[in-house]
Amino acid sequence: MSLRYESIVREPLINGTKDFHQVTEDIVRPIEGKPGTLWYIGLYISVAMLLFGVFAVFWEVYWGIGVWGVNKTVDWAWAITNFVWWVGIGHAGTLISAILLLFRQGWRTGVNRAAEAMTIFAVMCAGQFPIWHVGRVWDVFFIFPYPNTRGPVWPNFNSPLLWDVFAVGTYFTVSVLFWYAGLIPDLATLRDRAKTKLRKFLYGYFSFGWTGNVKSWQRIEALFLVLAALATPLVLSVHSVVSMDFATSVIPGWHTTIFPPYFVAGAIFSGFAMVQTLLIVTRKILHLEEYITLGHIEAMNKVIMVTGSIVAMAYCSEFFVAWYSGDYGEGGQFWWRVDGPYWWAWWCLITCNVICPQMFWFKKLRRNIAFTFYMSIIINIGMWFERFVIIVLSLYHDWIPSSWTYFSPTWADMGFYIGTFGLFFTCYFLFAKYLPVIAIHEIKHVLRVSGESYKQNMKAIEAQPLTDFVERASHEEHVSTGVGGIR
Amino acid sequence: MPVKNFVVGCFAEEGGLFKAVKKVRTSGFKLHDVYSPYPVHGLDEAMGMRQTSLHTAGFFYGLFGVIAALGGMAFCTVHSWPLNFDGKPHFPLPAFIPITFEFTVLVSSVGMTLTFCWLCQIMPGVKKHIFHPRQTDDLIVMAIELTKDAQAEEVKKWFTDLGAVEISEQKAETGWWYGNFAKPAKYEQEIESGETVTS
Repeated sequence: MSLRYESIVREPLINGTKDFHQVTEDIVRPIEGKPGTLWYIGLYISVAMLLFGVFAVFWEVYWGIGVWGVNKTVDWAWAITNFVWWVGIGHAGTLISAILLLFRQGWRTGVNRAAEAMTIFAVMCAGQFPIWHVGRVWDVFFIFPYPNTRGPVWPNFNSPLLWDVFAVGTYFTVSVLFWYAGLIPDLATLRDRAKTKLRKFLYGYFSFGWTGNVKSWQRIEALFLVLAALATPLVLSVHSVVSMDFATSVIPGWHTTIFPPYFVAGAIFSGFAMVQTLLIVTRKILHLEEYITLGHIEAMNKVIMVTGSIVAMAYCSEFFVAWYSGDYGEGGQFWWRVDGPYWWAWWCLITCNVICPQMFWFKKLRRNIAFTFYMSIIINIGMWFERFVIIVLSLYHDWIPSSWTYFSPTWADMGFYIGTFGLFFTCYFLFAKYLPVIAIHEIKHVLRVSGESYKQNMKAIEAQPLTDFVERASHEEHVSTGVGGIR
Repeated sequence: MPVKNFVVGCFAEEGGLFKAVKKVRTSGFKLHDVYSPYPVHGLDEAMGMRQTSLHTAGFFYGLFGVIAALGGMAFCTVHSWPLNFDGKPHFPLPAFIPITFEFTVLVSSVGMTLTFCWLCQIMPGVKKHIFHPRQTDDLIVMAIELTKDAQAEEVKKWFTDLGAVEISEQKAETGWWYGNFAKPAKYEQEIESGETVTS
């Protein structure tokens, strides 16, 4: 009928013999059951980290930015490194939910909900750094262009730092809208299954009275499609704008035209690594191996490999331009990366980001869960060092040799960073317990075509002559179903 | 909102449903709506619905976003307090593109989402009648409104012939109201206690 045909050569997206009810049961089980001990341990550790971060931030607000390791030469260091790192991680979620939707990649259905949640939490963490870095945080609303009694003095709309406020703010809002619109039908499923009054009330309240009638489905699909079309250039613009924070300033190592694409590729690279870290654990603990299959993990590893190679190319081109431009400061800055006081940071970056991901050329390693998990952490360490190298290693040797210095973080720097990990994982643990980590309605939508048990029916279709199949398919489409939809 | 009588047929397969939708348009029955746990592509066309205009709304919100962003920045930097940054122009269009773009996306997405909620009549705390608790799980549910031309027995038989797996007769309010899914609505309590329901 309205279903597309998919060859049996393609790997199924949902393993095992499933019907619609079984899909609901499998995904809803962790929400309706009691969480395990591991969940409690994880949540408590996360909350403890979060509280430590709150204390570190309190300390910084009380005493000022001086409690951090920044000094007059390295005036941007850990906070902005962590900001760029977290924003970058967020990019994978939007890539999966928006760009793969436009490219009609069926495998996104298994991972998009969790990846999108990860995006939101990562952007929340990222946002903390610029907010608290302003020092007098109680004046942070000055960045918004609102009529004021100080002139009025407006923010400088030419400044990439203000572009960043708009970019990250928009990115967060659109991600939340996209994620929540997808959640509404699944919350309705939870509501209609709820046994207790509290659950009925809460899921009823937050599912907005969704009934799943035909017109609403038509509208929500249109909404998904247009939000995806808007989010796609948005996600590319966000990290481009973040990179312009650096690229528009006249500092050797920063003012490079390659920064926007280089940052975007790096963002997707690290984001997919974080998705792997989270989902490999999630699928194991929540027993969702049949929905997040080895095929999903392999597909994401391919993206990691491609973006990792783009990032490697960007490193090469940076070095080439530093040499080819003949700029003395630029050349010196890049040589110090390899052989300066911070040589260890640069070599760590090269090992983690350039050498390691190339191992994913081997199919065996792409499909090896333990190896993927290990690599996902390595890559995120590498990507953190990439930002550290770009930021601190371009600043610590500035134009006046007498002010050259070395940056070391203090406990307050580290505490703040640990705190954002606490925020991220606290949110993720709560999400994994109270909301469906897999988009139930989207899985149901692809089940008849890509489910393992349904794929057996394709054998009969593949046995018939091609002309018969084409004729019948076009006839059926014409008569009853119209054009097949996007998903 | 009026309380009406319905006969509700539940289908496990899309195949039977499409047959039912095609037939209902010629049978003279009044099709109330079809509910499904996932989007069934082609069903909207089969039911004779037109494509939604939500995209068009999104375009106009975006257009508003462009004008508001450029106009707003021009107001600030040209009219309200023109500041001299290194002798650069007061309205440097290339430098305003990032913010204009972000704001366009923001206005368009927020506007479209709110329009979506308004069109579908959904918002936090809204309650609507659920014809079958499994309509968000694994059944596709078709509700036919009973009129003087469509008697309950006749519609039930019609559903049986089309292969519906579950058929029931229900009184339901068709609109939406603020409510709580944990407790039955007022009209449902009245139906339970056997009182007459005024429409």
